[in-house]
Amino acid sequence: MKRSLLGFLLVLLLALPASAQDHLATALTGLGDGFGQTAEAVERLGALGDPRAIPLLRALQDGTLRRTPAGTVLLPDDTDAMTGAKADAAGAEGVRINNRVRQVLRGALGRLQLVSPDAVERLAAAEAVFRTPGLENVPLLQAALARETVPRIRAQLELALAASQLRADDPAGKRDAIARLGTAATTEARALLIEARIVNPELATAINVSIAAIEQRLQLRRIAETLFQGLSLGSVLLLAALGLAVTFGVMGVINMAHGEFVMLGAYATFMVQELCRGIPWLAPWALPLAVPAAFLLTAAAGALLERGLIRHLYGRPLETLLMTFGVGMILQQAVRLAFGAQNREVISPAWMQGTLLLPGGIAVTQNRLWIIVFGIAVLLVVVAAIRFTRFGLEMRAVVQNRRIAATMGIRTGRVDAMTFAFGSGLAGLAGVALSQIDNVSPNLGTGYIIDSFMVVVFGGVGSLAGTLVGALTLGVVNKMLEPYAGAVLAKVFVLVAIMLFIQRRPRGLFALKGRAAES
Amino acid sequence: MSATTPLLTRRLALAGLGAALAAPAFRPSFAQAAPIKIGVLHSLSGTMAISETALRDTVLMMVEWANSRGGVLGRRLEAVVVDPASNWPLFAEKARELLQVHKVDVTFGCWTSVSRKSVLPVFEELNGLLFYPVQYEGEEESKNIFYTGAAPNQQAIPAVEYLMSEDGGAARRIALLGTDYVYPRTTNRILRGFLNSKGITNADIMEEYTPFGHSDWQGIVARVKRFAGEGKKTAIVSTINGDANVPFYRELGNQGIKAEDIPCVAFSVGEEELAGIDTKPLVGHLAAWNYFMSSPGAANTEFKQLWQAYIKNPKRVTNDPMEATYTGFRMWMQAAAKAGTTAVDAVTPALIGQKLMAPCGYEEEMLPNHHLSKPVLIGEVEANGQFNIVWKTPNAVKAENWSPFIPENANRRR
Repeated sequence: MKRSLLGFLLVLLLALPASAQDHLATALTGLGDGFGQTAEAVERLGALGDPRAIPLLRALQDGTLRRTPAGTVLLPDDTDAMTGAKADAAGAEGVRINNRVRQVLRGALGRLQLVSPDAVERLAAAEAVFRTPGLENVPLLQAALARETVPRIRAQLELALAASQLRADDPAGKRDAIARLGTAATTEARALLIEARIVNPELATAINVSIAAIEQRLQLRRIAETLFQGLSLGSVLLLAALGLAVTFGVMGVINMAHGEFVMLGAYATFMVQELCRGIPWLAPWALPLAVPAAFLLTAAAGALLERGLIRHLYGRPLETLLMTFGVGMILQQAVRLAFGAQNREVISPAWMQGTLLLPGGIAVTQNRLWIIVFGIAVLLVVVAAIRFTRFGLEMRAVVQNRRIAATMGIRTGRVDAMTFAFGSGLAGLAGVALSQIDNVSPNLGTGYIIDSFMVVVFGGVGSLAGTLVGALTLGVVNKMLEPYAGAVLAKVFVLVAIMLFIQRRPRGLFALKGRAAES
Repeated sequence: MSATTPLLTRRLALAGLGAALAAPAFRPSFAQAAPIKIGVLHSLSGTMAISETALRDTVLMMVEWANSRGGVLGRRLEAVVVDPASNWPLFAEKARELLQVHKVDVTFGCWTSVSRKSVLPVFEELNGLLFYPVQYEGEEESKNIFYTGAAPNQQAIPAVEYLMSEDGGAARRIALLGTDYVYPRTTNRILRGFLNSKGITNADIMEEYTPFGHSDWQGIVARVKRFAGEGKKTAIVSTINGDANVPFYRELGNQGIKAEDIPCVAFSVGEEELAGIDTKPLVGHLAAWNYFMSSPGAANTEFKQLWQAYIKNPKRVTNDPMEATYTGFRMWMQAAAKAGTTAVDAVTPALIGQKLMAPCGYEEEMLPNHHLSKPVLIGEVEANGQFNIVWKTPNAVKAENWSPFIPENANRRR
């Protein structure tokens, strides 16, 4: 059976030069007349099995296929799709497609590319055919399975075959298909089975067994994904709060302009991207380059703010709060005047787009994964800077006892400026990360200032470990509540819980002990 | 093309000659009468600035345009711009300032329904005149407000009907995602009533709300994916407003939700909002409006040229609320000319029945319920950030501001 089919396909291929033109011509009628007719034409092209339809369908998918007023269909290089000859492109207009055509296109291209020499194309084709099940796919898939050697593609082909066999009249094949789909762990497979249950009530028990097996796998995956989402939110909170853990936690300055420093970091990322845009070899490195740029820019802004204003207000927390709040508003409006109120687009590099499949089919989005990695890296840098550098030593000394530190020859004013600049620079780093997941707009920072203070206070003022644990706890708890309470209520619950917690333990999770902490 | 070129130049030459002759005559007439004051009440800062700044510019453009054509009733127009800063109570204060301190003749303003609800009592108390240019949830009528955006039957309901049609993918399960305020909640209530009337049960409807400026969409998008995996074709109806749309669409792209599988139709996302997003992963997702920048026709070409010349940027986009502002402004000019005064009590009756060939390519009419008749267009996002119009009504649809799908409206006279 399989061999004869392959033979048939070969004959078809060999016979092409003679009859291909009229085959294609009949199949092409109606292409571009309306979305319905275009979809039908695509379906016919996919059923032909003529590999020459592939460039045509690809062009249609990319929106580069055109049609002349006379009805000739043109490929992007101005050649006639039927004859391959150069054609007159005068007055040609693009053939437009909609979602219905796109859906049919995916199936047609998938069917044609099942025998492609390129493994990546074959896998994509198997997935596409899986999503567009139909009886006509069964022989094609069986032929493809007979030739396929790559295990991953085989598995996908078998799933696609099972999806198509569900529609067949053969009861044994259907049972096989149900069992096969039961080994999958995707919501798509479950959806197919649920649909099949409505049409085949006599197979309901077998279908239910398969659905239960899928559900069990999905359940585990759901837990893993929720955990990842929580870690991701936690890492964002951690990044936003780290700078504050230094300026507020260590120095005790209530800096309401912290959010605006985050925003400045995001705009620094945008500016680096624009600078790199003109230089092709540099463009992919824009984001890594933005990391030092954002740090330096916001650190400089922080040093300026500390030396210029904050140092005159030490020991007057209320005035500091109001003053930094005002500075925040000035920064916001300044950026709005310089860059406009519109959001700026920071392009994600290719390695930060899309989804990564971890073992077990756990899908994690790349940008979030990188932000978690970045958050950990920044935390390690901060710990190292405080523990092992001279700057860290001086900083700790000034915090513990300013006057004795001064008598030991430490220039406390300079250390204050450096510490504040360091904290502000960390806010800038958070801005680089946030430019990848949030809007780069003048009011970017306002959304994070409350959360950052929440993390620092909850974790324990002055404790980096507290900031880490606080951020991750808040992230995971928030994401676990969200499916039940919704995004708005989940946040309310978390806030209430923190208020109650602070009532019981005013110094947060990791309270500092000792005389310095008491003062 | 070659045949029309000389004609165009002749017309241009005539226009230039006319302008040259008329210019000296205009100036003295401007100098004699006090200018007509046009209030502009749009947020220039805060979360709505992304959408509303372009509307301020549109009103300023229209003021300049009207002045270049001799003003209204021979008087010069003068814009008074205030910034309510996306702060809803501040909208009411600024409206009062416009009416009492600046004594404006007409105001163009507001985007969110919550801001409109905040200024409505002020306009009624001081008998002002407000043109509101954005699609909204209906359920409102005021003698002092003219609504030039769409009512639910001119946007939300046709869009969902399209999703349920063969061409739209025959969706039978709908996820309603929105920002948490009056417009999305009321619209979704109307849509739920409509879906129930079409045989879609509440088990097949998912509803979620997020705050303004929400940025962490991973959980919600994952839940929509799961919801879609329970059999039946699923679609998303988004009433998400403001800049929360950018991370939402980014998450849709990153989680690989393709328009072929789960199409998402948005009611508050236009060309201006898409300007900040990489639209390649979003090709095929939909928006329902009454105007797209890609609408064909001479009226639209003229509108786009006017805008790009005014803003001095040949790449700036136009969008639906801008078109509604333009249409409202021109209808107000026509009505003021008809009434012979800018007094609110005289202009209001003169506005009813005003007609204009709008940039959307259809003739729109101001109806007695202070709403417009408008066509409904559905467009798919293209890779260049424009919309490919895939469905449109043959004629302009009359606005129903009181929805029949809300039970309390059953006794209301329509």
